[in-house]
Amino acid sequence: MAEVAALRNVEVSYGGRAALGPFSLALSEGEIVALVGPSGCGKSTALRLLAGLEQPTRGEVVRAPGRGETSVVFQSPTLMPWASALANVALPLDLAGVRPGEAKERAAAALARVGLDEASRLKPAQLSGGMAMRVSLARALVTRPKLLLLDEPFAALDEITRRHLADDMLRLWAESRPAIVFVTHNVEEAVYMASRVVVMSPGPGRAAGETLVDALVPRPGQFRTSEQFRQAAEKVSADLDRSMASRVA
Amino acid sequence: MRWLAAFGPALVLVAVILAGWELACRALAVPVYLLPGPSAIWAALVEGLPLLLQSAGATLLMAVQSLLAALVAAAPLALLGGLSPMFRRAFGPLAAVIQVTPVVAIAPLFVIWAGLDHPERAITALGAIVAFFPIFSGLSTGLNSADPDLTRLFDLYGATPTQRLIRLSIPSAIPFLMEGLKVGAGLSIIGVVVAEFVAGSGGAQGLAWRILEASHQLKTAQMFAAVFVLGVMGAGLNGLLNLLETRLLKVWRGR
Repeated sequence: MAEVAALRNVEVSYGGRAALGPFSLALSEGEIVALVGPSGCGKSTALRLLAGLEQPTRGEVVRAPGRGETSVVFQSPTLMPWASALANVALPLDLAGVRPGEAKERAAAALARVGLDEASRLKPAQLSGGMAMRVSLARALVTRPKLLLLDEPFAALDEITRRHLADDMLRLWAESRPAIVFVTHNVEEAVYMASRVVVMSPGPGRAAGETLVDALVPRPGQFRTSEQFRQAAEKVSADLDRSMASRVA
Repeated sequence: MRWLAAFGPALVLVAVILAGWELACRALAVPVYLLPGPSAIWAALVEGLPLLLQSAGATLLMAVQSLLAALVAAAPLALLGGLSPMFRRAFGPLAAVIQVTPVVAIAPLFVIWAGLDHPERAITALGAIVAFFPIFSGLSTGLNSADPDLTRLFDLYGATPTQRLIRLSIPSAIPFLMEGLKVGAGLSIIGVVVAEFVAGSGGAQGLAWRILEASHQLKTAQMFAAVFVLGVMGAGLNGLLNLLETRLLKVWRGR
C-alpha cells in the first residue's frame, strides 16, 4: 500500500523543552491508526506535524496529500459562531475558490451524510454538542480528504453520543476510505475504531507498543463483547501500563 | 409586573431622596441660589424645557458626530494593525498616549485651531478623540480574538490574508466592536460636555453652555435642570445602545 504520510524520527521541543520524540509513524492509504497515551505525551503535536501545521525540531515529515486533501477535527467543534451549519461546512470549499453554488450543494450533501440535513440553517449556538461535532466532521469530509486527523474528537461528549459517532465515523470512512489518525485517551474507543493502535510513552512521547486490530469495518454489532476486542484492549492497556511504569522507574 | 420588580426599588429610593430633599430645604429655609428644592428645579425644567431640549439636541448631535468620526478613524487603523504587527507596535504606544491625555488639557488648543467662530468643530473633534480609544482597542482586540484552532483550520486550507481578514478576523471582532462603541458613546457625551465647558463660549449652544450660563447668573435651579436633562439623555442613549447590542448579537450568534 502506498504511503500517505510519515513521521521519521521526529523530535519537537518548545523553548528547549522536549515535547515529542524521537517518534516514527508511517501511514498507509486507508489505514485507521489510533494514538493512545497520557496527557502531555505529544500526541496532539504529532497530529499537527502530520497536518503540516507545525515543523519538527529534528527529523523528517513526509506528506503526500496536496492542499485541501488533509482535514483536521479538533477536540471542540471549532465552528464559526456567526455562520450557519451549512456555511461552516462550506468553508474549506470557499477558501479553495470553489464556486459558491457548487460549494453550497456539496456542503448540503456532506451535512446529509452525517444526518443533519434539517439543521443546515442553524448556527452553532443552536446545536447540541453532538450535532456540532457532526457539523465539524461534515466540514472535514466535504473536501474528500486523503488524510483525516482527529484530535480527541469525542472527548467532550457523553458515552452514548460517542458510540454513535464512532459508528458513524467508520461508516463514513467506508465511503471514501481516507487514512485516519486519531488521538484518544480512551483504550476501548481506540480498539473499536482503529485497525492499528499505537501507544505512546509519557512526554517526550515515543512509541511504546503497537496492536493490530484485524476486524471488519464498520464493526459488526457484537464487536465490543467479542474475544478479539477484549484481547486487543488488554494488550493496549498492558502497553500503556508498561510505558507509564518505565517512566516512574 | 416584571417591569415593576426591576425598577420599583430604584423608583422608591429616588422618591424618598426627593421627598427628604424638599422637606429639608423648606424646613431649613435654604436660599434657592444655594440649593433649590426639587419643586423649584421642576419649575425651572418646565419653564426652560424648549431651550433645554434644543441644547440637548445640539449636544447629542455633536456627540453622535464625534462617535462617527472616532469610528471612521479607528476602523482603518485597527484593520491596518490587524494586518501588520509592525504597524500595531508602531501605533500602539501613540494610541495609549491619546487615551491617557485628559481632554481638558488639550481642549484650549483645539479651540484655537478651530477658530473662535466655530467652537462646535473643536468640541466634536475633542469628543472624537475621547471616543477613539475604546473603539480602536475593542476592534484591535477583536481582530485578534479568533479561536486559535479556527485559525489553524484557515492555515490548513491555505487561506489568503484577505480571506482570513474578511472571513475570520472581522466577524470575530463584531462583539468587541459593539462593546467599544457602547463605551465610546458614553465617553463622547462626556467629551463634548467637557470640551464645551473649556471652550467657554455660547457658540455651540449645547447643554454645557446652559449650565455655565445659569451658573454665571446664579440661577442654581436652572443648572440642576440642565444637569438633569444631561443625565436623562446619557441614560437614554446607553439604554438604546444596550438594546441594539443585544439585538445584533442575537443575529450574530443566532441566539
